[in-house]
Amino acid sequence: MHPRRPIIKVSPNFAAFLQASPLLVVLLAFFGIPLLMIIGVSFFDYDGTNMVPAFQWGNYVDLFESRVTLSLYLKTVEMALSVWAITLVVGFTVSYFLAFHVRSILWQMGLFLVCTVPFWTSNIIRMISWIPFLGRNGIFNQALMGLGVTREPLEFLLFSDFAVIVAYVHLFTLFMIVPIFNSMARIDRAVIEAARDGGSGGWRILWEIIVPLSKTGIALGSIFVIAMVMGDFYVVNTMSGGHSSSVALAMYNQIAAVQYPQAAASAVVLLGIVTLMVAAILRLVDVRRELAGH
Amino acid sequence: MQARESGRRGLSHYLLAGFFGLFVAFLYGPMSAIFVLSFQGPTGGLTFPMRGVSLRWFHALFSQERTGDFAGSFTRSLLLAALVLSLTVVISVLAGLAFRRRFPGSSFLFYLAVASLIMPGILVGLGIGVTFQFLDIPTAWYSSGLGAQLTWTLPFGLLIMFAVLSRFNRAYEEAGRDLGATNWQVFWLIVVPILAPGIIGVALFGFTLSYDEFARSLLTAGAQNTLPMEIWGMTTNVTSPALFALGTVTTLVSFAAIILSLGSIALIERRRTRRGSVAAGTSPAPGH
Repeated sequence: MHPRRPIIKVSPNFAAFLQASPLLVVLLAFFGIPLLMIIGVSFFDYDGTNMVPAFQWGNYVDLFESRVTLSLYLKTVEMALSVWAITLVVGFTVSYFLAFHVRSILWQMGLFLVCTVPFWTSNIIRMISWIPFLGRNGIFNQALMGLGVTREPLEFLLFSDFAVIVAYVHLFTLFMIVPIFNSMARIDRAVIEAARDGGSGGWRILWEIIVPLSKTGIALGSIFVIAMVMGDFYVVNTMSGGHSSSVALAMYNQIAAVQYPQAAASAVVLLGIVTLMVAAILRLVDVRRELAGH
Repeated sequence: MQARESGRRGLSHYLLAGFFGLFVAFLYGPMSAIFVLSFQGPTGGLTFPMRGVSLRWFHALFSQERTGDFAGSFTRSLLLAALVLSLTVVISVLAGLAFRRRFPGSSFLFYLAVASLIMPGILVGLGIGVTFQFLDIPTAWYSSGLGAQLTWTLPFGLLIMFAVLSRFNRAYEEAGRDLGATNWQVFWLIVVPILAPGIIGVALFGFTLSYDEFARSLLTAGAQNTLPMEIWGMTTNVTSPALFALGTVTTLVSFAAIILSLGSIALIERRRTRRGSVAAGTSPAPGH
């Protein structure tokens, strides 16, 4: 029996292009074009109820002239940087423990899985699970009062920036652990042995070998965490109890009020800031090799 | 003085282990609390103490007594997740295989996927919402909602395929071709079976990311809510443990998906090692 010959002969590269084309079509239709639409609409006019096709810079001027908006951007960036620092330290420490202190591969994979399972469950559920924990009559306050640490329940725990940060760290540290652990798992143990035999101490090995060799993982995790905090609206809304806001939440409120041109301008500026932060990270570390494997 | 790699363990090891333990408690503690609280007695509230144990709040969920359209949104979310799963598997496996060559536009597509991955979800929703409004097409969970979720699951699927394919030895494909297999035979009889664990991984991501997706669905799901939107609505107006019961139910669905996929991956791997099959396919490519 002869193998069937293809009816139309195509070059291997073109065949590969065809294989990738469904991905290209979906991403263009639901990401590329909508992105261009946002940019277009951000120049539209607004007559109080509807958007009016136009080309004018008014939405951007309003945005940059508003003190409230600027302080909101500052607050969002500040929040992103704080959460980034905390998740980095926690994620790095956890990954370091898994990669270098757990010796059996089976245990290593098992504990890594324990860290990643919550990723596959609902963010909203994980977020609201902090409410009975941090509330005025919550588990944490009951425990503190039971231990005699405080007499009155602590009020700042829930519906505050503290609660927002706790929820972010809870939700996003996984995005640090997975790439950093991946980088660390690939570090050749012989390099560390050699450094130790050469008389290097633990801290020196950490700073001069492990940190530099984990930097692609650190960069990837940082990109994820920063982009997610910068774009968040529901954690800040729920966990601050409406006391705090973010750029994305303000944008969401504009969308709810059908002020699309203003929301779009805000989206473009937000996206610009996220892109700058990501570009800064990419300038320091080339992650393409890590992702694409070549 | 530092601990040697072999032999005794230093203080740092126990400090790190303690830190890890605390982190796991931080990760699972609140979730287990809502799991317990969802069995709260009929007179109990949103926090401890438990006033008896009952299934009342689960019953409330299904009877639509206190909550919105739980059954409808649950069904929609499951259907949508099944759709996203199938499309994510097919599209990202094909694209993953394609990326082994430098085809025209491969760099552009790669950066497009990465940009799509880090684009804040609410912006994806806004863009799609505005586009659909412009085209005068009503948004719905099975059209705009589906597309919005794919912008997030496809790049994830692609990255997993990269990781899986970097350990895939092309010699198996070439051997098949040398023995006269057609492209289809090579794909179905060699590539798919070898990559099966990775493909299950892609499916797990596709299902759970879709099932739990909120930010991208909010502006694109149209008139009918998906489950995460229903839950979000409940956080503002439901003040009974029914909220936690809902949390327990959806988490159990996620756990079922995780156990099913990880279990089948483990099963495949075990069968391979038992047979000592050469087709394990995970040996590093020569010269890699």
